Amino acid sequence: MSRPGFVLLEDGTRFEGDLCGAEQHGCGEMVFTTGMSGYQESVTDPSFAGQVLAFTYPLIGNYGVSGAAMESDRIHVNGVVMREAVNRDDAPAAEQGWLDWLAAGGVPAITGVDTRSLVRHLRSRGSMRGGIFAAADEESARGLVEAEPPMDGRDLAKVVGTRTVVHEGVGGDGPRVAAIDTGIKRSIVEQMVQRGVQLDLHPPDVTAEDLLAGDPDAVFLANGPGDPAALGYVVETVRGVIGKKPVFGICLGHQLCCRALGLETFKLPFGHRGANHPVKDLETGKIEITSQNHGFAVAAPDGGLRVEEDEPVRWETDFGVAELSHVNLYDRTVEGLRLLDVPGATVQYHPEAGPGPHDSLYLFDRFLDQVRAA
Amino acid sequence: MPRRDDIRRIMIIGSGPIVIGQAAEFDYSGVQACKVLREEGYEVVLVNSNPATIMTDPEFADATYVEPLLPGPVAAVIEKERPDALLPTLGGQTALNLAKALAEDGTLERYGVELIGADYEAIDRAEDRERFRETMEAAGLSMPASAIATSLEEARLHLDSVGLPAIIRPAFTLGGRGGGIARSAGEFDEIVARGLEASPIGQVLIDQSVLGWGEFELEVMRDGADNCVIVCSIENIDPMGVHTGDSVTVAPQQTLPDELYQQLRDQALTVIRAVGVETGGSNVQFAVNAQTGEILVIEMNPRVSRSSALASKATGFPIAKIAARLAVGYTLDEIPNDITEVTPASFEPTIDYVVVKWPRFAFEKFEGADARLSTHMKSVGEAMAIGRTFKQAFAKAMRSRELDSPAATSKMSPTELLDSLTVPGADRFDCLMAAFAGGASVDEVHQRTSIDRWFLEELRDLALYPETPFEGERTFRAVDTCAAEFEARTPYFYSGWDTGAVDEVERGEKPSVMILGAGPNRIGQGIEFDYCCVHAAMTVRESGRDAVMVNCNPETVSTDYDTSDRLYFEPLTLEDVLAVARVEKPEGVILQFGGQTPLKLAAGLADAGVPLLGTDVEAIDLAEDRGRFGRLLDELGYQAPPYAEAHSVEEAITAAGEVGFPLLVRPSYVLGGRAMEIVYDTDGLEDYLARHVHDDGRAIYLDRFLENAIEVDVDLLCDGREAWVGGIMQHVEEAGIHSGDSACVLPPHSLGPEMLERIRTQAAGLALKLGVVGLCNVQFAVYGAELYVIEANPRASRTVPFVSKAIGVPLAKMACRIMLGEAIAELGLPDDPMGHDHVSVKEAVMPFDRFDGADALLGPEMRSTGEVMGVARDFPTAFAKAQAAAGARLPDGGCAFITVTDSDKAGAVAIGQTLHDLGFRIVATSGTREALERMGVPAEELKKIGDGSPNVVDMIESGDVTLVVNTPTGSGARTDGWQIRRAAVARGIPCLTTLSGGLAAVRAIAAARQGAAEVLSLQELHREPGAMESAA
Ligand SMILES: Nc1ncnc2c1ncn2[C@@H]1O[C@H](COP(=O)(O)OP(=O)(O)O)[C@@H](O)[C@H]1O
Ligand SMILES: Nc1ncnc2c1ncn2[C@@H]1O[C@H](COP(=O)(O)OP(=O)(O)O)[C@@H](O)[C@H]1O
Ligand SMILES: [Mg+2]
Ligand SMILES: [Mg+2]
Repeated sequence: MSRPGFVLLEDGTRFEGDLCGAEQHGCGEMVFTTGMSGYQESVTDPSFAGQVLAFTYPLIGNYGVSGAAMESDRIHVNGVVMREAVNRDDAPAAEQGWLDWLAAGGVPAITGVDTRSLVRHLRSRGSMRGGIFAAADEESARGLVEAEPPMDGRDLAKVVGTRTVVHEGVGGDGPRVAAIDTGIKRSIVEQMVQRGVQLDLHPPDVTAEDLLAGDPDAVFLANGPGDPAALGYVVETVRGVIGKKPVFGICLGHQLCCRALGLETFKLPFGHRGANHPVKDLETGKIEITSQNHGFAVAAPDGGLRVEEDEPVRWETDFGVAELSHVNLYDRTVEGLRLLDVPGATVQYHPEAGPGPHDSLYLFDRFLDQVRAA
Repeated sequence: MPRRDDIRRIMIIGSGPIVIGQAAEFDYSGVQACKVLREEGYEVVLVNSNPATIMTDPEFADATYVEPLLPGPVAAVIEKERPDALLPTLGGQTALNLAKALAEDGTLERYGVELIGADYEAIDRAEDRERFRETMEAAGLSMPASAIATSLEEARLHLDSVGLPAIIRPAFTLGGRGGGIARSAGEFDEIVARGLEASPIGQVLIDQSVLGWGEFELEVMRDGADNCVIVCSIENIDPMGVHTGDSVTVAPQQTLPDELYQQLRDQALTVIRAVGVETGGSNVQFAVNAQTGEILVIEMNPRVSRSSALASKATGFPIAKIAARLAVGYTLDEIPNDITEVTPASFEPTIDYVVVKWPRFAFEKFEGADARLSTHMKSVGEAMAIGRTFKQAFAKAMRSRELDSPAATSKMSPTELLDSLTVPGADRFDCLMAAFAGGASVDEVHQRTSIDRWFLEELRDLALYPETPFEGERTFRAVDTCAAEFEARTPYFYSGWDTGAVDEVERGEKPSVMILGAGPNRIGQGIEFDYCCVHAAMTVRESGRDAVMVNCNPETVSTDYDTSDRLYFEPLTLEDVLAVARVEKPEGVILQFGGQTPLKLAAGLADAGVPLLGTDVEAIDLAEDRGRFGRLLDELGYQAPPYAEAHSVEEAITAAGEVGFPLLVRPSYVLGGRAMEIVYDTDGLEDYLARHVHDDGRAIYLDRFLENAIEVDVDLLCDGREAWVGGIMQHVEEAGIHSGDSACVLPPHSLGPEMLERIRTQAAGLALKLGVVGLCNVQFAVYGAELYVIEANPRASRTVPFVSKAIGVPLAKMACRIMLGEAIAELGLPDDPMGHDHVSVKEAVMPFDRFDGADALLGPEMRSTGEVMGVARDFPTAFAKAQAAAGARLPDGGCAFITVTDSDKAGAVAIGQTLHDLGFRIVATSGTREALERMGVPAEELKKIGDGSPNVVDMIESGDVTLVVNTPTGSGARTDGWQIRRAAVARGIPCLTTLSGGLAAVRAIAAARQGAAEVLSLQELHREPGAMESAA
């Protein structure tokens, strides 16, 4: 009863496997994550919208799925590629089996694929479009991959973000924060609410005026999918709030904030996705093991991609000076910056974890301290 | 923080002899540390009593002391070498305890030695179970409910609060020695008593049981700037209750959701910070209840450990190497990850394969031993396997064990199989697989084992469809620490089965030589062979070829990717080795250094057309086939003890008549004297045959047993044309005690020059006749004026490292050069390798104290796990050092108990006399007492055990006896002798079971009276010409 299928990449490379999950094809940008656990958190992370996700860890589904591990209300990936998948609904904390759940979520998946070869290919050729197909004719598959819009210039925030204002942490005793929901993760909301934050989630196309209408204590720029360069309207909104309110951003939010400051973003060859990237906090000199999920990054002050020294290098921005606060020790890319002339700070990685290490949770406290200070 | 310049000279303490719970992993970590510290420009002073280690090779340290790991000798080394710092975290519990002792007795302060890696407080906080608990509670972490007791009475008081079953764990013991699971009040008293005894500080912990919970280990690293990373998570497939060292384990953890795993991670970091290990690696163990999400901390080891070696091999992250750099001031981000070269060590490895570790047991060698697995470690070695999936790794690990005889599951009925699972034993997974194959359900097995269902489902699939996981092509993948996110530069490979995969091996142009390792450590095949393989790798590299290592033992130096140009972590079966040969296309394969394991593959490899280096396959068979070997001896005119071969009971009885009693009987093709026994008459023979002759047509050998003969071991080199004898070792115990278990002396202490010459001639004659190219080991028995050949092994022997260190010539390297084509004449070997002014003694270390119920008696079946070396200017002192190093510290006074068989009574007098002259009080059983008194040695009579108290066992237990001399009157369970020896072992009182051993011991005691022995470094011993230099 195994359903033969294959993965096809836009450069024609093909990997054989057996289909599982929903009975349909799935296309998108082919990306991989190196995290060894947290498969459910990953596929429900809105930042993965428009992508087909390959897991480098070979065994997926071992502990089933449960409501507690949802990062949003649904699965966002367009497909899942695995070396070996199991459907364990009898695992201690499982509420459902992984494969049943994927199928119920209408998401196609493929197992038995040599994901290591796939990753080595993407590593050397860079990320590209691809898809999961039944072993029908390769021609139509190729057509479908071509038809898939490339990630560059793609606006997915509108697709995954909220359409109406949502109130979280109602009755909390902490600051009032207005967030632009370009695809915010549950874990971020939870980290804030746990700290008493009263959080209002606004649609991506909210205007600065609406955002500031309720006079929040701070503005938060969420994570999310797609190309920051395609979100000019959000960048405009952000330009309208920087300097007026403390601004904080994570991942896409960080990129949008930086564009609002007038900085450049660029596409990484194959992105950062996993739970083991070392990032140095230049304020304390401490190293955090971080949860990462991004395909674009912010350019260094010299316009290059790397910052060679562990130094708080500076940018001259439209809103004054910005200083490097965090750097990635793997490829020396920008991981975070602090605004010196106006209140605000952003990070490229995911301090909220979900999945991944908790080393960076302190950032939420740092954030709230600054809000209270402001 | 950069390298520290305020320290210049660093002392490293090794872990001593291989014992259960402390094996080759500490040679691996020690060697890495030595390399790194010297690269960093520090001087290294090394102390380790174990000659079979690579770390004690003179080229790995500036000063190498093969001395007992006891405060006295180590303090003497400190006084002599004046190190600035002591790094105690690489030599296991032994080094840690020693460092504690040296701190407590003021030695470190006196000589201004700083503890680096972990300070006294941190060690104490982690190792003292009570302080550890306080520390954890203060840090807000939970542990199983528990109570501390320093007496049985105190322990009983806590029983109600803790309840049964209860886990009893002695403080400061290795591998849980002396601990256990008490299911009844009776067991409780027994185990508590044993535990108090075993604990150096007489303290036991009584824990509430969490049997059946999941057991997890995390390997943590911390640097001086308080950066912490988790190198690897390890999940024990065997739940809580089976010691991690005895558990089948898998990396990374498989069954925890991310959120729960992250909690473990957070707690592990809290633990290392709370304990205060400033720099280095630690191992933190947890019990997890996956149903409720409860997490309990079980323990932490503030040092590298068996698990950290496993984690290093599993991920490619060299924990010990990094720990050493951290200890001298670097931070994790200042150290490059040598696998990617472009990324720093301040990261957490992520892997895209599965690793399974499997323990190797040796219960068959310890008749009467309790073979149930428990909280007290009993395995003697381990094998690791890497696969793309769990099933691949598990199946590879299973065959990596190289069991001598497959688990007897075929004879068991389905119900027997299931029932056998309720109490975990060495064969449990074999039984479990057989049960599944026989249709058992996951639930049935889960009820009996509480093993997580995920594992059980995987194993059931594997049992039912063993082929499926191996569909697709077998290709070699790199171990790269990063799941292919970056390019790997370090050539460390494993094979996996995938569809459409390609080999990642970049073979290069150089010719390569494959070295086959020894596989899992086991009794009879230990670290000595790994030592030889590592030397082979070094030599192959020096010769300008690529050294390619194939092995599956995660503890070893040979499986350090730094040791060879390419490492293949693979099982040592024909199929697996041929797979490596396919990608390597080696110029040749070296089989001679890995013990029996590679030799078994010789024929198969030759048939497959793989070129073999060194001694011809033919010679191996010639030496192992008794008939052919006998004829060869006749041709040479050498004598062997009369022997016969029989295939049935009848044949054996008649043959016995011709050969003549006493007889040494054994099945054909055994290593380490497996199932070898001495029988004195036909009844004894019949009894043996009844137990050992299975009508499988396999032969039984009967040899005339040469009583009280002197056994001699010879290691020599041969290039096919010329032979060179490197070392002649005279055994202290008489022939009949397996060569691996008897102490031996180099140069021989009581053989005349003429006999030595005969030995030399015959050893050389044999090697040439066998056509040896490389190493050869010959064993002789000197019986009166006669010389008998016992056996010849045309391969590296157990004694090669010992001899190499004793004579200062690295035999394995020389042998490897010969195999690569050089002639003996070209090697610049000294004419008189034994002509030094020092004596070397090798002593075996026995594991009896770990096997309740087993007899602590030496015999023709090898049972030692490791060895130590003692070097001094004279024999008695060297012997005393060896004894001390082996843990049998000879008393300098007190009361000696002597009881010997009639045939030994005369000989016992000499021992009694010396002890008397040394002022010992002597007690003896009636017969022995009479013999002593008759020769004017005063002795008090003691009741025999049957005849009520106070008998000797009472005296031993009350600590009144400090030395026991007891030669066996026929072995067997529960004889008086058995009880005496067990009591002595339990108390750690030296127990000499042979006359010659007894004599050597009393002479050593006398020598010790001349004051503390001088400590000698190998470098100073071999400064004479013709020694180490010629090896370079
Ligand atoms: N409270 C407990 N309940 C059940 N099993 C336990 C308990 N504590 C320890 N064990 C078992 O005993 C083994 C040895 O205990 P541990 O504290 O790790 O001692 P060691 O220092 O020998 O490693 C553990 O691996 C675990 O399987
Ligand atoms: N004929 C004999 N007389 C006395 N002792 C013997 C005799 N043959 C063997 N032994 C003893 O048995 C031990 C093991 O025998 P050996 O042939 O060396 O087996 P293995 O292959 O296990 O080393 C030897 O070390 C020696 O002490
Ligand atoms: Mg332990
Ligand atoms: Mg032998």
